[in-house]
Amino acid sequence: MTLFKEFQSALKGLWSLAVGLKVTGREFARPQLTVHYPRKVVDNIVTYRGHIELVGKPKEPAVPKCITCMMCATVCPSGCISIKKFPPPKVAPAAEGEEAKPKAKPVKTPKAFNLNYNTCSLCGLCVQNCPVDSLRFSTDVYLAGVSRADFEYDLMARLAAQAEAVAKAKAPAEATAGAKPGEGGE
Amino acid sequence: MSEIQTGDYYTRHFSPGPSDDTLIINMGPQHPSTHGVLRIIVELDGEYILRCEPVLGYVHRMHEHMGETKSYTQYLPNMGRVDYLHALAWNWAWCGAVEKLAGIEVPERAQYIRVLTTELNRISSHLLWWGAYILDLGAFSPILYAFQDREIIMDLLQIPTGSRLTYCYFRFGGVSADLSDAFLAGLKDFVPYLRGRLPMYRDLVTDNVILRKRCEGIGHFSPELCRRYGATGPVARGSGIDYDVRRAEPYSIYDRFDWEVPVLEAGDAMSRYLIRLAEIEQSLKIIEQALATIPSGDFIAKGAPKPKWAPPRGETYFAVEGARGKIGVWLVSDGTKTPYRVKLRAPGYCNLSLFAEAAQGVLLADAVSILGSLDLVIPEIDR
Repeated sequence: MTLFKEFQSALKGLWSLAVGLKVTGREFARPQLTVHYPRKVVDNIVTYRGHIELVGKPKEPAVPKCITCMMCATVCPSGCISIKKFPPPKVAPAAEGEEAKPKAKPVKTPKAFNLNYNTCSLCGLCVQNCPVDSLRFSTDVYLAGVSRADFEYDLMARLAAQAEAVAKAKAPAEATAGAKPGEGGE
Repeated sequence: MSEIQTGDYYTRHFSPGPSDDTLIINMGPQHPSTHGVLRIIVELDGEYILRCEPVLGYVHRMHEHMGETKSYTQYLPNMGRVDYLHALAWNWAWCGAVEKLAGIEVPERAQYIRVLTTELNRISSHLLWWGAYILDLGAFSPILYAFQDREIIMDLLQIPTGSRLTYCYFRFGGVSADLSDAFLAGLKDFVPYLRGRLPMYRDLVTDNVILRKRCEGIGHFSPELCRRYGATGPVARGSGIDYDVRRAEPYSIYDRFDWEVPVLEAGDAMSRYLIRLAEIEQSLKIIEQALATIPSGDFIAKGAPKPKWAPPRGETYFAVEGARGKIGVWLVSDGTKTPYRVKLRAPGYCNLSLFAEAAQGVLLADAVSILGSLDLVIPEIDR
């Protein structure tokens, strides 16, 4: 009786082995799912929300929409955004007898806008709370660096480089098609 | 009592060391079956465990104290890091607690979005557990199948949340982004796809003799033991305790859907395994119903709190059902912009604490199976 049971359990084990091999064989015949990374990349990174970057004004793409309200720097849980404002305009003291000059408008665009991506936790609170939509997520996935300084970004320089690249891409197209009316301002 | 405690856990509890017949070893903090930095001191007699004690706190990150130093909004990204596998349930627990305290209404569509994404996240958490548990028991290929399916979920959840693991998606009064048509269409295709995969999981693993021998009758937890240690989630339901926060204290819109709470009486590692697989099916059922009835509307309430907002004075407790059990947030507000006290109830902590008692007298190899069947996420236990 015990021998019979031993035999039965061995057969059962063999059968479950066969079932497992059947699944393995079926999957083996299917096309490969993984991507050979450096030679190929995945195509679903458009929805990825990486580190933030500045959004330029529609007419001056190199100047950010930012009004230095400091909301993003305040709301950031890890304090990774640092913004430098331009100093307030100096008002020259009015000379005797002259009327006081109208106050010059304070410059609202930031002097510097730096991101320390080392401490960023990608929560998106800065982008969500920006009142003028001057921040957006980049899709930089393939980031690699050897020092902390590699992840400290000067976002103003990044925006300027992006604007330049866009202008360069546009320029040859415009040269061939000729300047169209209505697009001269851009 | 006034004496200053000296020495570490070992010298206080296991000194003066092993006897002639026994051997004391450390399982972890770098043991692969502990899924993180968990150290278990085990006293062995041959292959049998005489006693064992988990030593915690290697990845303690002061999440509760951080809650007392950051503003309500700034604490949101912390929640995705407490339990990285079911991040959205923790998101929900924190947002739900603040909403309950301040009486914020969540729009209908946002409720549906929360249910859809949280259940999807629960499936991905269970799939990862499934693969990792079987990896603990010595089978390598199932985790690759699990990751194949999990990859689809992560691609889907990346559309609204923007990230793949530590989601920070929920906001007070709703969620941070609306669901796109691509997400809804992808989810609609995913539900029958995963249903079609589950029979393969059953053939490959659940019915396999080797797995059954490693799980059946191993690590028996009585319902009384689970109650004594406050175990929740699949651990309690595998021991015959019919308790699911979604059913016991229905929050949000869970009472509108037709689904079952899987409960098994056996109380062994196999029943905990089967409960989790059944929960995947139930989550698919909830997703299917929510997809069919999702209304249009706002994804965040009109008067949702601004970053510098402060809730009224008071205290509240809000619990949700996570993949590992009951996730609770106890929140005390003194009317300022930062919480006065935040207490996070991590289900893994209670589930692990019964291990020391349940593992007495079992084989060391079975202890690995029991530990895996608890579905531990160490960062959640240590917080």
